[in-house]
Amino acid sequence: MARHVIAPVDELPPGTRKFLEIDGRPIAVFNIKGEYFGLMNRCPHQGASLCEGPLIGLAQSNNPGEIEYTKLGEIIRCPWHGWEFDIRTGQSYCDPRRFRVKAYPAHVEPGASVVKGPYVAETIAVSVESDYVVVEL
Amino acid sequence: MNIQFRENQEAASPLTVKTAIADCDIHPARATRTELYPYLAKRWQHHLEVYGVHAYQGMMEGPPYPKAQPNASRRDAYPPEGGPQGSSLSFMQKQLLDPNNVQLGVLNPLNTGQGIRNHELAAALCSAINDWQIDKWTSKDKRLKASIVVGNEDGLSAAAEIRERAGDKNFVQVLLLSRNVEPLGQRRYWPIYQAAEEAGLPVGVHAFGFGGNPITPSGWPSYYIEEMVGHSQCQQSALASLVLEGVFERFPKLKMVMIEAGFGWAPSLAWRLDKVWQRLRSEVPHVKRPPSEYIREQVWWTTQPMEDPESREDLFDVINWIGWDRLLFATDYPHWDYDEPSRVLPAGVSEANREAFYLGNARALYGIG
Ligand code: FES
Repeated sequence: MARHVIAPVDELPPGTRKFLEIDGRPIAVFNIKGEYFGLMNRCPHQGASLCEGPLIGLAQSNNPGEIEYTKLGEIIRCPWHGWEFDIRTGQSYCDPRRFRVKAYPAHVEPGASVVKGPYVAETIAVSVESDYVVVEL
Repeated sequence: MNIQFRENQEAASPLTVKTAIADCDIHPARATRTELYPYLAKRWQHHLEVYGVHAYQGMMEGPPYPKAQPNASRRDAYPPEGGPQGSSLSFMQKQLLDPNNVQLGVLNPLNTGQGIRNHELAAALCSAINDWQIDKWTSKDKRLKASIVVGNEDGLSAAAEIRERAGDKNFVQVLLLSRNVEPLGQRRYWPIYQAAEEAGLPVGVHAFGFGGNPITPSGWPSYYIEEMVGHSQCQQSALASLVLEGVFERFPKLKMVMIEAGFGWAPSLAWRLDKVWQRLRSEVPHVKRPPSEYIREQVWWTTQPMEDPESREDLFDVINWIGWDRLLFATDYPHWDYDEPSRVLPAGVSEANREAFYLGNARALYGIG
């Protein structure tokens, strides 16, 4: 598992996402209220760029007429057929047995640590003053 | 469609993109409300501004149910220059035609003049849409072919429009919708079939419409999801009507294309029709042969939405009954239930059938070399 620097933290404020390609794989990284999540940006259903979809919540119901809406802003809805995935885990809510999106751990590391290590992405200008969002894959 | 889960998504995705395909259900949209005005007489421009459109359907603007996504379309299909999904040729080329190697794209405009009570206005709007299809789409990209839209509730003006366009290579079929004022086999629609048969053009029946009747045979349902499954029920009654009113018998060269309503139901409908026809044929003596024969000889089917049974063998059984020479691949671009060409057909199909499915059948039916 290699670590890849995605962006300085101020380039990925809460509520934003960033698309990039790492080792030929399309990846999206989200900042949801200060937490970072990485997902493979390809829908396992028919291959849409999954992360272009809106972030929604999860409507569930135990009984007719009783609807619970939870996980607001944590569910990505595919821009094509609307399949829903939990961005924390890649879990599908449509067919959890067969489908999931690959999730990649993402987190913030202090600038000093990324610059020191062997993991600096060559395309990203690194300055030690800042903290960086790092994704592992 | 996703019959067998593929472990390795990377390997699975670019399967067919290099093979040329036909896409037999593409929906072009207007970028602005007034985009048709150059093709409409001043009289009708004023009419639209002053009176608007009076449809058979209760809700005058838009569809009877809210759609899953804006304009019922893919969220990634907004053209960069603005406007609704499907309204930009250059973006359609970039997003659909080029990457999927679409060699033949059949345009099926919705929200035309169909289902409008004022038949003169309906005819004028349909004719304007047909001009617009040439100007904005088919003359600019030779891969695209248009469908002649007609004022469906007025068989005579519809037939006149078909005759006027007959022989024009920009057009490859006549387009009707499945929900009409009456079932599609009835006499008011016969002039359409006659003119289409004379012109050698197939008649496409696309799911949807503005006939004003409840969208299911048991009334108005609560949810959009019920409308989605209702399209196959509506198409079934349209097809039963075409058979039982004797349309196929009267117009033996007529070719019909069932668009966007599935096809898994075709065998069971045909079996049921055959069974009751054996017992009740004296009621419809003009239906001279078992209904399944007309259906198998005169009906084609577009693939989107593909049936999605758990076992691909079930799908192959249905297709074997229908005939591998009868399916026409379609994406339904830019609509949200779009089918991705490389993902719809499971493994295990012979090369010849695969080629027919993706391209050959459409080229043969629409007469594209
Ligand atoms: S491609 Fe994502 S839901 Fe179908």
